[in-house]
Amino acid sequence: MSMTASLALTVPELILSVGALMLLMVAAFGGDGFARAIGWGAVALFAAAGFSLIGPAGNGGPGFDGLYIADSFSSFAKLLIYVAAAVSVAVAPGFFSRTTGGYRAEYPILILLSAVGMGMMVSAGDLLTLYVGLELQSLSAYVLASFMRRDTRSAEAGLKYFVLGALASGILLYGISLIYGFTGTTLFAGISDALAQGITTGQLFGMVFIFAGLAFKISAVPFHMWTPDVYEGAPTPVTAFFASAPKVAGMALLLRVAIEAMGSGTDSWRQIVIFAALASTILGGVAAIGQTSIKRLLAYSSINNVGFALFGLAAGTPEGVAGTLTYMAVYVAMTLGSFICVLQMRDADGHPVETIASLSGLSRSRPGLAAGFAIFMFSLAGIPPLFGFWPKFLVFDALVRAGFWPLAMVGIATSVIGAFYYLKIVKTIYFDDPAPEFAPAASKLEGGLITLAALAVSPLGYLAIPLLDATSMAAARALF
Amino acid sequence: MGFPILSLMVALPLAAALACLFSGARAARWIALVATLVNLGLGILLWTSYEIGGPQWQFTEYVPLFGRFAWALGIDGIALLLIVLSVFLMPICIAASWDSIQKRVPEYMAAFLLMETLMIGVFGAQDMFLFYIFFEAGLIPMYLIIGIWGGADRIYASYKFFLYTLLGSVLMLIAMLWMANEAGSTSIPVLMAYDFPAEAQTWLFLAFFASFAVKMPMWPVHTWLPDAHVQAPTAGSVILAGVLLKMGGYGFIRFSLPMFPIASAELMWLVMGLSMIAVVVTSLIALVQEDMKKLIAYSSVAHMAFVTIGLFAFNRQGIEGALMVMLGHGLVSGALFLCVGVIYDRMHTREISRYGGLANNMPKYAMLFLLFTMASVGLPGTGNFVGEFLSLIGAYEISSWVAFVATTGIITGAAYMLYLYARIAYGAARTEEAAAMPDLTPREFALLAPLAIATLWMGIYPESFLAPMRNDVGAVLARLAPTAPHSDAKVAIGNPKAAAAPGAHDSAEAHH
Repeated sequence: MSMTASLALTVPELILSVGALMLLMVAAFGGDGFARAIGWGAVALFAAAGFSLIGPAGNGGPGFDGLYIADSFSSFAKLLIYVAAAVSVAVAPGFFSRTTGGYRAEYPILILLSAVGMGMMVSAGDLLTLYVGLELQSLSAYVLASFMRRDTRSAEAGLKYFVLGALASGILLYGISLIYGFTGTTLFAGISDALAQGITTGQLFGMVFIFAGLAFKISAVPFHMWTPDVYEGAPTPVTAFFASAPKVAGMALLLRVAIEAMGSGTDSWRQIVIFAALASTILGGVAAIGQTSIKRLLAYSSINNVGFALFGLAAGTPEGVAGTLTYMAVYVAMTLGSFICVLQMRDADGHPVETIASLSGLSRSRPGLAAGFAIFMFSLAGIPPLFGFWPKFLVFDALVRAGFWPLAMVGIATSVIGAFYYLKIVKTIYFDDPAPEFAPAASKLEGGLITLAALAVSPLGYLAIPLLDATSMAAARALF
Repeated sequence: MGFPILSLMVALPLAAALACLFSGARAARWIALVATLVNLGLGILLWTSYEIGGPQWQFTEYVPLFGRFAWALGIDGIALLLIVLSVFLMPICIAASWDSIQKRVPEYMAAFLLMETLMIGVFGAQDMFLFYIFFEAGLIPMYLIIGIWGGADRIYASYKFFLYTLLGSVLMLIAMLWMANEAGSTSIPVLMAYDFPAEAQTWLFLAFFASFAVKMPMWPVHTWLPDAHVQAPTAGSVILAGVLLKMGGYGFIRFSLPMFPIASAELMWLVMGLSMIAVVVTSLIALVQEDMKKLIAYSSVAHMAFVTIGLFAFNRQGIEGALMVMLGHGLVSGALFLCVGVIYDRMHTREISRYGGLANNMPKYAMLFLLFTMASVGLPGTGNFVGEFLSLIGAYEISSWVAFVATTGIITGAAYMLYLYARIAYGAARTEEAAAMPDLTPREFALLAPLAIATLWMGIYPESFLAPMRNDVGAVLARLAPTAPHSDAKVAIGNPKAAAAPGAHDSAEAHH
């Protein structure tokens, strides 16, 4: 494949990186006064990158001698990433303008660069592409976590994220070097061929380290410890971003590595995935019960949900992978919706509040917001008829089809633990006596986004099942 | 496919619920009342246009809307009667809450209307996953109804209700996934005719049992029910006892029995054993209750045990009796909760010892309360008599011990209900407030009168209710016939002509 043809596959990344550099120039010379305009520019770039997936970038096959793959899988994941990133950019000005530091132009640019990294992650056909993409995403994320420089919690979150993230990257890189050493290649296709001839101990070690490194990125138990601290400390729009786009990218990357590179060793990694999935759903459920901060609670909720998404991978079948992809799609809607709801939590002076107790009696002061919260909570808990039920249905269906019905029984039973703390939020909002009222809604955009997300996870979402099924299945088939 | 009347019955309360959310308290009450009355009208239309002896599934609708599963609705006689029960109780619930609910009325009415949508959906669903979605979704409005408008200890009760029933249902979901995969269909009629492998049936049965036993509720997983009943507002209790508990019985007859006949026969003693314990234990517990609602809640558990005993008798009398108990109990327990609600609204206590002598100052109330008490006891002439009598005949045919133990429940049932009635209505008033309570208002009378008429109708002419479901019970029996356990009493069915002697009217009726 010629260089130009290969470059055509990377159009979304090209749009985003060139655009990010241009916006960086605007920021450097125009200053923070242009911050909002730059934000809208970034949203436009995400839209452009999303539309460019219609072309060869959407389904052009491998390029750069297999280092980079543009298939229906990568375009499914990229579309989710771009939507999530664009929403994280769009809701940011309203939040930052009320903080001491103000809204700065670096924010949209960092998110753009992070999205370039995420695009590379999901399109990686080689362990090194994977690593470069992952680091580009992570480095932007470390800066984003400490974006409110003068806030000690934000700085702490950034530092924690950086130290632990660097450790995880080291683990991942060590795994990559082991795999390279014992298979002689870093290309996914080559690794797959090598593993098909039987797995040696060295290769197994490499797999374990790679899975451990990737588990950190998606915050699966036992590599989840950073999540609550970082989610709590980071500015809320950044937390919304962390909980959505990088999660999708990390999960997609894990799927691709597990199926495309190590698909012939499924039986070897399945137990790792099963353990991580069960541990995440249980710990994500139990540890969330005692939380008093809504952001920490949502952090545990994201751990819990990643656990459920991993059940699809544990099945190791195209149906399972499609289930996981659908899970991530619905999860993005639910989690972004909940975080935008959290953004509305401001006391009378406009300062953000994060305690669950402050939500008390919200249904009387702000019925619309309360209904939104309740919809997202019931949906995250997976209670039908809300759409959050459907992805759980799919992953467990895949498990049952693959013959793992006892695991499915245990897994779905853990969802009851999770339901408890989601119910606690609904209880606080609907049953308890009113706490001091929040400041009135400030932004029509945020209200609109909440409505949109709520409609997506409402029973109306079921009408999207044929479309979701077809696209996620096509994406999953690209890996097998 | 004709006019989609079932979809309309599902959609109408939903639309009304949305309208309620955007209107004031007064408007919400009227919207809710009108919508439920229109739905009652549609329900009556459904009943009158149901063709008895016609095709097994009528009013079917099928739209493959969701890819993996379909918007498939359709009813047989059993579902028909349960839908009619739901739409019949619903306007009564709305009217019962007319004055007693004063806070957050629009949301309250919306929750009830949503509940109606989901109940009709459960009974009308012909697709397994559609059924599951409706079945589970009912948790959300009921959680809110108990939690927002309930009594002092409502939060504990609402959690317990939600988590108990959720844990039961999720296991059922896994079993459903397995079944859909094995049979290659999600259609309930197809699955009802599918023969699952015998060893799988046991597991599937147990998974469904986990859900339906909690919903039913059966001993020992009944403990959520007294809490939920006591804390729920009056109308919430009516819906809970009247319709939601019936979902468990409906599940047994729609899923467990026809889909897993081998496992049903194998595990018959599990069900029978738990039911026998439930009849004895919960009746005795009911005897010592000081709280009226709790007493009726425990009596519900005991009555539901008659349903399971009848269903797992594997004969026509048993199953028809179980269905009659379900319908009869739906009316009578609903009416009893309304009776409690009437005096609770006046004195704001459920403690039995605070009342007494109500027959003196509330004669109309005492009259109707007596009727429902007698119906709950199972006096001939009321719907419960027909149901309990038939299910006990059915139980006797299969095992005389089960019949013996279960019949003690009728005696203890009479004891606790009459004792309750005596303490409330007879003697002298124990408190001044009780003596000063005014009699039923016309609104309250209008709520209880239709229930009284329906109860008597069921008792005097049960054929109207037995006829629509006769063929459907026959279909279930045909599925059960190859594996039905043998009777220990070796009852020989006599010659009908010889048996048609004076006084044998009831047994002749049972063999219709």
